[in-house]
Formats: sequence, structure tokens, C-alpha cells
Amino acid sequence: MNFLHRIEPDKEKSPFLHTVYDGFFTFAFTPNLVTKGGVHIRDGMDLKRQMVQVVLALQLLYIFGTYNIGHQHFVALGEYTGFLQGVHLKLIYGIIKIIPLLVVTHVVGLGIEFFYAYRKGHGIEEGFLVSGALIPLIMPPDIPMWILTLSIIFAVIIGKEAFGGTGMNVLNIALLSRVFVFFAYPTYISGDEVWVSGLEGISAGAAADYGWIHLSVFNPLFEALNLPGYNPAATVVDGYTGATPLSLAFHSGWEHVTEVYTDSQMLWGTIPGSIGETSKPLIILGAVYLAVTRIADWRIMFSMVVGAAVMAVLLNAWGATPFMQVPWYYQFYMGSFWFAMAFMATDPVTASATPTGKWIYGFLIGFIGMIIRVLNPAYPEGWMLAILFMNVFAPLIDYYVIQANINRRLKRAKAVA
Amino acid sequence: MSNTTSKAIFTIVAMLSADAAWAQAGNGSSGYGTYFVYGLIAVAVLVFFMIILQVADNLLVIEAKQSGAANTGANFSLFPSWKELFAPRLPEYLEGKPVTILRRGHDINLEGEAEQVIDESVKAKTFAVQPPNFTGLSPIPKVLVEVGDEVKAGDHLFFDKKRPEILHVAPVSGEVIAVNRGAKRSISEVVILADKEMKYREMKAFDLDGSSREELVSYLLDAGVWPLIRQRPYDVIPEPDATPRDIFISTFDTAPLAPNLNFVIRGQEEAFQKGLDVLNKLTDGTVYLGLDGRGKEEPHAAFAEAKGAEKHYFHGKHPAGNVGVQIHHIKPISAGDKVWTLGVQDVATIGRLFTERRFNAQRVVALAGAELRQPRYVRTCIGANIGDLVKDNLANDHVRFISGDVLSGKTKTAESFLNIFDDQLTVVLEGDDYEMFGWLIPSMNTPSISPTLPSALFPKIKKRAETNTHGEKRAFVVTGSYESVLPMDIYPQELMKSILIGDFEKIEGMGIYELSEEDVALCEFVCVSKQPVQQILRQGLDMMREQG
Repeated sequence: MNFLHRIEPDKEKSPFLHTVYDGFFTFAFTPNLVTKGGVHIRDGMDLKRQMVQVVLALQLLYIFGTYNIGHQHFVALGEYTGFLQGVHLKLIYGIIKIIPLLVVTHVVGLGIEFFYAYRKGHGIEEGFLVSGALIPLIMPPDIPMWILTLSIIFAVIIGKEAFGGTGMNVLNIALLSRVFVFFAYPTYISGDEVWVSGLEGISAGAAADYGWIHLSVFNPLFEALNLPGYNPAATVVDGYTGATPLSLAFHSGWEHVTEVYTDSQMLWGTIPGSIGETSKPLIILGAVYLAVTRIADWRIMFSMVVGAAVMAVLLNAWGATPFMQVPWYYQFYMGSFWFAMAFMATDPVTASATPTGKWIYGFLIGFIGMIIRVLNPAYPEGWMLAILFMNVFAPLIDYYVIQANINRRLKRAKAVA
Repeated sequence: MSNTTSKAIFTIVAMLSADAAWAQAGNGSSGYGTYFVYGLIAVAVLVFFMIILQVADNLLVIEAKQSGAANTGANFSLFPSWKELFAPRLPEYLEGKPVTILRRGHDINLEGEAEQVIDESVKAKTFAVQPPNFTGLSPIPKVLVEVGDEVKAGDHLFFDKKRPEILHVAPVSGEVIAVNRGAKRSISEVVILADKEMKYREMKAFDLDGSSREELVSYLLDAGVWPLIRQRPYDVIPEPDATPRDIFISTFDTAPLAPNLNFVIRGQEEAFQKGLDVLNKLTDGTVYLGLDGRGKEEPHAAFAEAKGAEKHYFHGKHPAGNVGVQIHHIKPISAGDKVWTLGVQDVATIGRLFTERRFNAQRVVALAGAELRQPRYVRTCIGANIGDLVKDNLANDHVRFISGDVLSGKTKTAESFLNIFDDQLTVVLEGDDYEMFGWLIPSMNTPSISPTLPSALFPKIKKRAETNTHGEKRAFVVTGSYESVLPMDIYPQELMKSILIGDFEKIEGMGIYELSEEDVALCEFVCVSKQPVQQILRQGLDMMREQG
């Protein structure tokens, strides 16, 4: 303890170092602050603990997502197509993909966070802990690092710091970074070709794309261990498209989806997609954890499911295109609905603040998101846009909920008078 | 309204799902399809009858509302309401009594509850009257005594220059040994060294039935009991010329380690009843008593059988015992209303003025907290010295003295004095040490409402209180936690934000008049962002008071 105090940089002489030191110090030790005025004892919950719970809820998705990057890569090549075949290859392949994503996200995001904390002279806030854990999960595995960097800079500076930092942002930071890529570099994040990693192209015969780390580091290692290694001569198998279930359903309906993927594949998530979005049971597990610990609001999650179901039923009834005819319950098998519900819509800063508002907010996200998914002619998914849209409207919902409370009070006063 | 909407939505959903199901039935095999159609018809018939029942039921409820019968709170619908289905089991003594069930709130279970004995050996030597105890009193009141003067209990000590008719008196007899000053020469305390044998200023007898309200008010002002009354909104000393709408008294305290008022009232029953009689003369409205409906202990007869007061029972966790919460559920404060609130022992002090004809500021005070060797009750007077009260009783040096409870009490030193309205002294550990990875470690000793800490899963286990903040101050991030511990129809977090930006209309509209610091103390306790909620509320109340 004394040693740590001795190395504390001087606040006057080197403010930036002091900010960074303070950030790491408060990360390692809960400060010795005591209550002053007001309450004398405080709840053990603070923002660090709050944020870390979300990160914990994401851990299973990280493990599965990492493995699935490798799995999809080998499925495209027609090698080790069983889920548990070639475990070491898939795992190492996924880890090599995801570590740069994590590192770049955190270095860029936390770097900006540290800089602003130093400029404004306050402690480093925890907001980016969650954003930083979410962003890699909602990106395609092959996203170029410079695009990722740009999108995080945009999201953190324009989306958060411009509004005053953690707790002040109007729009969800993680989604803002994704929407930046979506509109600025659409070819890197939409279409059929981006969801499977490490191929030179998606058409049959395109070669696998391995780096030196695969071929010169891990291949000799696997050889020494008597395990099969990466095969640089492998090519994409005939008939492989890389299309996600949503994209198939969008073009030719549910029948076509079931020709390519089985129900259980879609449920468990051994399908192409953004890194963390595919495995529904693991996401729901995380969602239940967040709801039970009251980190995320169950009202938003529940009403969002209801909203999406209602809209899907309405679209079934209309049924003008093959996509509309997809039975409403199968809509929940596809795409990133569950991930958006569990981790994106429930962000307390950008969601409605009042309990009534949360019901409306969640319902409308589900309702509008399903409209965008099914009726949007260009791209068959809508949760990102629906949540950002409702982020903007959340204060308006709250305004009316509070106005109703005010009116109730006025009415009561009049009734007495 | 919400009921109608929900029904409409339900009907639409049912219709649409039936429609979708129909479409699928067509695709299936024909035999299966016919059964499906029969099933649908059966469901439709059921739905039809349910609708008829619902309509009839609604008409019944409307009729009950129009005839005014629904105001008794009885349920006139055929179906049990949600509240009835999930009502907790209430203790037997509440049979047929008006009970309000409060679902939101939180009990903080701490070690060091006061044992129910009065330790007569503990005697405080010095006492003080502290002008800062009274909200809105000007900082430098006119002091009528000098250091070295001998005073009797009930002698005038000082008055506010803005309202000279409100006199503050000495709680004990003895020698004035100091007039201490705080920041900007404000007077912080007038200290009296108590006599061994208490001498009282004898008051003339007062004929309660034969006098007017004005005469009674001037008698109370002269006797010095007026400052014991608090007026809401703002929690200030009431204006002598204003008549309160109603008077509210809470007869149980749900705060952590709070004194058991059923125990405290023993021996003061007569004085309490007399006090209620006096209060009834002061208002044109009603005197309301809030009684303990939690069922652990039946309220003392002095409360349950008090005459001249309307009794309401409250069942729920803290802050169910807060008078502000009780007012909200009995008859809320609207803009322009003025109500009075008093503590149980303040009522008894007023009563004794009439039964004994003197200002007898006797108090039973709970000494509580895990850092005391023997947490117990003591008999003393208003404004007793804290060091004297805890002499030879401290188990630990590194402590904080709190006049009041751990949520809304004030920090004190051993040299200072209990605040005038407090009947509790809490001693807790100063938690000024570091904890490694404190944000991750699931501590058993940290009280919390969050299930991420194991202590929240075992609420019955008592914790040793300490004053660490468990984190640093942040902007508002989490929503819904304040609401989960405040059983009122108020949005506390939105209110705090409105206060911070100074939006007067909104502050008033959102119900600031119904709140006082103690009501939002639990919100401050649970705040993840460690915001000073009570301080913000007081800032808002001061702002509104200055506006008039």
C-alpha cells in the first residue's frame, strides 16, 4: 500500500499520468472515501460493479463466439464440419481473430476515455467497460482494424464525450460504432460475404487465407504435438454461399432457410453472423442473469419480445412476400434479436427511465425492429436501427410519463380544493 | 384507462394469432384441420362469454364508483384484484382496520440494536440547544442569556429576529457555560451545565377547553414547545398564525437501529394522550396516527387506543414508518397545503406542559450501533452531550457518532450534542480503508439491495455498519433503483435532475412538497452513482421556499 502511494504521480506536475494512475488504482482498490453529510452507510453497489456484471454476462458469448469464428471458417472449407472436430484449430483460429479486435477496441476506447478524464479533471469513468466488451461481439470477424478504430473514435467522441461523458449520452455507444461502419463502409458489414472469416472470396475454389502466425507458429507446434495443422491449400467447397439465415429468408422464405440450416443450428448458433449474436441459449442465459440481478430491466426485455411477436404476427397476416410469410415464431430463430434485447436495448442510460416508459420503449423497439427487418428492401435486420431510433425517443416517452404524474397530482389538488 | 387499453390489446392479439393459426391449419392435413377449427370455435365461445362477464363486471364497478361505495376501498368487482391475490398475510390485530400495504422499500439489518432496558446510571452533564437544528432559522438568532447566567428549564434562550414570537427555551436548568459560534459567526450551540436537581420555570395553569386557539398558541409559544412542531412542506418551524390542514404523527420508526417507540412511550402514555388533545385544538382538520402494521409487535395501547386521532396502519419495509410516506398515502400534500408533523416524544413533551405545568424535555434515547459495548436506552433530556452518553461504553475508538439513524442522521463529535428532534444516537465504524478489488469481491458484510452481493440474498443476516462509500461519485446512470425503495407515486431520480437544473414548475409538479430528507435517504443509500440525494433535495426545498 505504501509503495503504491509512493509511486503516485504528482497531480500538478503530470496530470495525465495522475489520471491514469488514479484509474488503475481505483480499479485495484476501492478508495477509502467515507460518507459525508447525507447517509452514513452506502450500498455496496457502485458503477464498477454494475458494469462488470454485464461484462461477466457476456463471457459465455465470447467463448462461443471465438470458437464459432473458427468453426464457420472450416465449414466453408469443407473441413472438420462437425462442431467438435478440429477443436484446437478452430479455437486457435478464433483466438487469433478476436484478440486484435479486443485490443484495438480497448486501446482506442479507453485511450479516449483517459484523455477526456484528464482534460476535464475527473476520475476515469466505467462507461467504456461495457461498450468495449460489446463492440467486438457485434462486428463481423474480418472487420479491418482501421475501420474499427474509426468507428470507435466516432462513437466515443461524438456519441459520448460531446454530450458530457458516461451517463450523458443519448445514443447507445456500441450501436453507434456499428451504425458508423454500417453507413460508412457497408460492404464490410453487410451482404453474404463478410460473416465468414479468413477466405479470399466466398465462391467455390477461393483459397483460405492464413497468416504467418498460423503457418509458422502454430502449424509446427501442432505438428510437434502430433495434431493436424492448418491447410493453406484448402478451398471453399462447391455450393457454399456464406449467407445468413436471415438473408436466405429474405430472398426466398423459410423453406429455403431450412434447406441450408437446421433449427438446432440456428438455435445454438453454429451459423455465420456477427461474433456474439448467434447463440440464442447463451444470450438468454446472460439476459436472465442480468434480469435476476436487476442490472438490466426485465420490463424492456419482455415488452420487446411482445412487440416483435405482435408485429411478426401482423406481417404473417399480411403475407405479401416470402419473408413476411415466415411464421412469426421462426423470426426469433434468426438474426440478432436476442442479443439486441439482452444487451443493447437495456442500456439504462439510453433507455427510458420510468417503469411505464420502459414498457412502451421495449414494445416499440420490438415492433419497429420487426418492421425494419422484414420490410426494409436493402438489408434484412433492424434491431440496431430500431434501438437507436427509440434511444432518441426515450426522453420523449419519459416526458409524457412524468407529465401524467404531474397531471395526476394537479387533479388530486383540484379534487381536494 | 390502462385496463381498457390492455383489454383492447389482448383482444387484438388474440384475433391475430387466431388468424395466423388458421392460415397454418389450412396448410396441414385436412383431418387435423377440422379438429383445429372446432377447437377455435370452442375458444371463441369461451371468449364471448368472458366478454359478457367482463362487461357486466365493469358496469358493476362503475355503479359502485358513482354511488360512492367504492371509496371505502372495498373491491366490488367479481374478480379478485391483483392486490388481493398477492396481499401478504396480515397480523390478526389488523382485522377490520385501515391498512396500507407498501411493497417497495428496504430494511437494512444492522448489528447493535438497543436492548430494551433503560440504563438509569447514564447521566449527561451538559446539554445544548442548537439553532442549526431548525431549518430556515436565521444563522444569528438573538440570544437572551449570557455565559455565566443561571437558567431554569423552560427559560427563554434565544429567538429568531425575523420571527421574535417563536421562543426557544432551555431543556434543563443550570449555568450557561458557552455560546459557541460556527462559520460566519453564526451561533451553533448554547451550552448549559445541568444542575443535579432540576429546577423548572413554573407555568400558569391553562384551561384547554375554555380558551380560544389564539390563546393556546401564545401559551405554547411562551412555554417554548412551539419549535418542537415541524411544518411540511420544507420541515420548518410552523408560522404561528397559520392553521395546519392536518397533523400527522408516526408512532413507529422503521429506520435501521431505530428506537422501539412502543418501549419509549412506556410511562408517557398520559402525556401523549394530553398532547393529542392539545393538537386537536390547533387544527381544523384531523390528527392522524400512523401505526405499525408489520405484525412483529402489536402497537402500544397508548397509540392503538388513542382518543381524538384517526389511526392508519402501515405494513411494509422502511420507509413505511416515515411520516412523509404515511402522509402520501393518507392525504397527500398539494401545493399550498400546510401540515404539521411531530415525533411521539415531542407530543408527550407538549402533553406534559399541561399535566405538569412545566417544560419537561425528558427523552428516552436509544444508544445503538455495533461499536457500543452495551447498546441500550437511556433517560435524558433534549440536546444531551454525546460524550457523556457513551462514556465507558465504546468498544472501538475509530467511530463516527450520528445523531439520528444511519440514513438521515447528522455526524457529531464526542464534544457535541444530540439534535433536538432525535431520540437515537448511532455509533458506527469509520470505514476509511482500502479494499482490494472491492468492486468485484462479493462481500457478506456490505448491505445492499443488489443481488450481485450475497448480503442481498440473505437479508436477515445482520451487518456491521461502516461508513465507506463503496465507490466513487458518478453521473446518474442506473434507473429504477430509487423507485424500488420509495413507496410513493413520485419519480425521485427525475425530480433530482429537475432540481439540479432548477426547473421550478417541474419540481413543484413532481411532488417535492411531499418529500423531506428522511424520505429520500434510502434512495441515497442505494444510489449506484453515489449522488448526495438528500442534499440535492434540500437544495430544491430551499429554492422553493425562497420563491415563496
